[in-house]
Amino acid sequence: MSVRGGKFAGFPHHVIVFLAPATIIYTMFMVYPLLDSIRLSLYSTDGTGAFHFTGLTNYITLITDPEWSNAFWNALKNNFKFFCVHMLVQNPIGIMLAALLSLPKLKGRTAYRTLIFMPTMLSVVIIGFIWQLILSPLWGVSESLLGFIGLTDWFQPWLGQEGTALLTLALISVWQFVGIPMMLIYAALLNIPEDLTESAIIDGATHWEIFWHIKLPLILPTIAMVSILTFVANFNAFDLIYSVKGALAGPDFSTDIMGTLFYRTFFGFQLQLGNPTMGATVATMMFGVILVGVLFYLFVLQRKLRRYAL
Amino acid sequence: MLKKIIKITLAALLVMSMLATAAMAGATLKIESWRNDDSEIWTDIIIPAFNKAHPDIKVTFSPMPPAEYNAGLNAKLAGGTAGDLITCRPFDASLELFKKGYLVGLDDLKGMNEFSDVAKSAWQTDDGKSTFAVPMASVIHGFIYNKEAFKELGLSVPTTEAEFFAVLDKIKADGSYIPLSMGTADQWEAATMGFQNIGPNYWKGEEGRKALIAGTAKLTDKPYTDTWKQLAKWAPYMGKGFKAQKYPDSQNLFTLGRAVIYPAGSWDIATFNTQADFEFGAFPPPLPAGAKKGYISDHTDIALGLNTASKNQEAARTFLAWMTTAEFADLYANALPGFFPLSSHKVSLKDPVAQEFVDWRNTHESTIRNSYQILSRGTPNLENQLWNVSSRVINGTMTPEEASKETQAGLEKWYKPQQ
Repeated sequence: MSVRGGKFAGFPHHVIVFLAPATIIYTMFMVYPLLDSIRLSLYSTDGTGAFHFTGLTNYITLITDPEWSNAFWNALKNNFKFFCVHMLVQNPIGIMLAALLSLPKLKGRTAYRTLIFMPTMLSVVIIGFIWQLILSPLWGVSESLLGFIGLTDWFQPWLGQEGTALLTLALISVWQFVGIPMMLIYAALLNIPEDLTESAIIDGATHWEIFWHIKLPLILPTIAMVSILTFVANFNAFDLIYSVKGALAGPDFSTDIMGTLFYRTFFGFQLQLGNPTMGATVATMMFGVILVGVLFYLFVLQRKLRRYAL
Repeated sequence: MLKKIIKITLAALLVMSMLATAAMAGATLKIESWRNDDSEIWTDIIIPAFNKAHPDIKVTFSPMPPAEYNAGLNAKLAGGTAGDLITCRPFDASLELFKKGYLVGLDDLKGMNEFSDVAKSAWQTDDGKSTFAVPMASVIHGFIYNKEAFKELGLSVPTTEAEFFAVLDKIKADGSYIPLSMGTADQWEAATMGFQNIGPNYWKGEEGRKALIAGTAKLTDKPYTDTWKQLAKWAPYMGKGFKAQKYPDSQNLFTLGRAVIYPAGSWDIATFNTQADFEFGAFPPPLPAGAKKGYISDHTDIALGLNTASKNQEAARTFLAWMTTAEFADLYANALPGFFPLSSHKVSLKDPVAQEFVDWRNTHESTIRNSYQILSRGTPNLENQLWNVSSRVINGTMTPEEASKETQAGLEKWYKPQQ
């Protein structure tokens, strides 16, 4: 090949044109605001509203001052609980539903798929409203439904008790989003060539064995991806808690997660005035937690996963 | 023929351009507000009444949902896109706007002398030297009760706490109604309809409120612990599952006739008027044992300020001055029963229940919510703490003594006079 026009002759300039829109928009609306909010977290405001550079003071306050740190650790702990419920309930159910959907002789597959995915497309406000009505001790149906199976005594105002409110909200969120892991895993299962399962059947394997020994190892990368998506979504969660419990995330902050703590801090609440710099600090901590989780996935989990060429 | 058409066209153009200039000359005022419920009242009643006297000033009312108002307004003010007139929350939220220079001082406004110092206190600097908003209305706390159910069960309106609990016991014993309609899920009900409603009787209204600000009284003192003790006693009379009962649930329980007594804010009157098909009345917080004088929470809640960046300062001042008149007080109070004007004009209310509420001003001492002035400035925020502990006390997950201790510790953390 003859060299013409110097060193960059082979550089495909049109690539820049194609990359530009995404890069510019992403930088303007994601990268810049993120960096700017990190910058904001290094400042403090005084009475007149002027900003002063104070270095890491906000972070030290957030972690060491009991007024802030109690709220912060409580929110972080609750957020981990929220995440654990999703990992232990949402994703196994998602896998199970996907496995059932991919069974060869299933009838009405599309109907099931659509119905299970439906709540994901509803607005959180509607989800919150529906479940509050269902679980309402005054007008809800859950008490009489429990009555049909003789469990009326089990009924409690779950959304109002410190011990049960967070779990209830997490399960509502699971109900809403279970369609997403189901769809992703279902798609992965469809990619598994039929020869594999057919030859296993000829070798005498049951559907149960096929799932555990053939399908599951093949969809592990997808499950890992679903897990990291769940992690990011859960640590950014806010809307469901806000719409059901308000920004004060009661009772006694038992449903307070990072998102609601951030909202209260940044925008203020009732008589509490907003504190943009402290809010930015909470936001940066949220970003940090998510970053650590994603890096763990990228550098530890993803490298250990074995991928099979199908 | 052609000439005629040209003549008509020219005349029409002339008229149109004149109309256009006339419109340019008259200022357009935009009111920022969180009262989206009152949109129709402003556009159909208040603004037309104003335009009768001042047809050249056009006024538009542009409300936001209450929960978004503070954040939304701050963003608009910072961006320079806020309206000319700003509806002001009481105390610090608005004081901060004034300190940042977003609101104009209004001490020289014609008609400001119609308001008492207490009425203006919510929109003044701490030293009381400058006022930056025209007070519009206050809300009063008390109890609204179902008159028909009272008659059916042979109950009479309680005036003391002993009578109050006797009434609740009777309703409970009868079994066909829920005695008290309140929930703790929203938390603010417990603090506002509970703690701030019955509390002034214990801490003697303004006296106790000012002592708390001066640091001569503590939240661990008897009046405060007693208020929470009283609240804790409410729980057995509240509906089943009150821990998950929200504010609209409480309202519905009452308007559907399933609950008899509703710890109320006077703003509920308007809702109940449209939803309840039975007759209801109101009584002030019953007196604790041994008390002679009654106190009510008559809370300054809403005012209108002037945006510094407004290009129509004169027109805006005209509107604000009109708001100090008896005409406005009368219109506002009757259009929104339960929001009581703060000016000294005598206003006759057409709504009987609203009239009952406002009559307490003659027999009781008025005070405002004790967490609103100065005391909710620090971290932890006293108002948020009151929501939290009051609901926990009613839920039974915290004792009244613990509630006192926690809130006092919070105050001591940042408030010098309490340290």
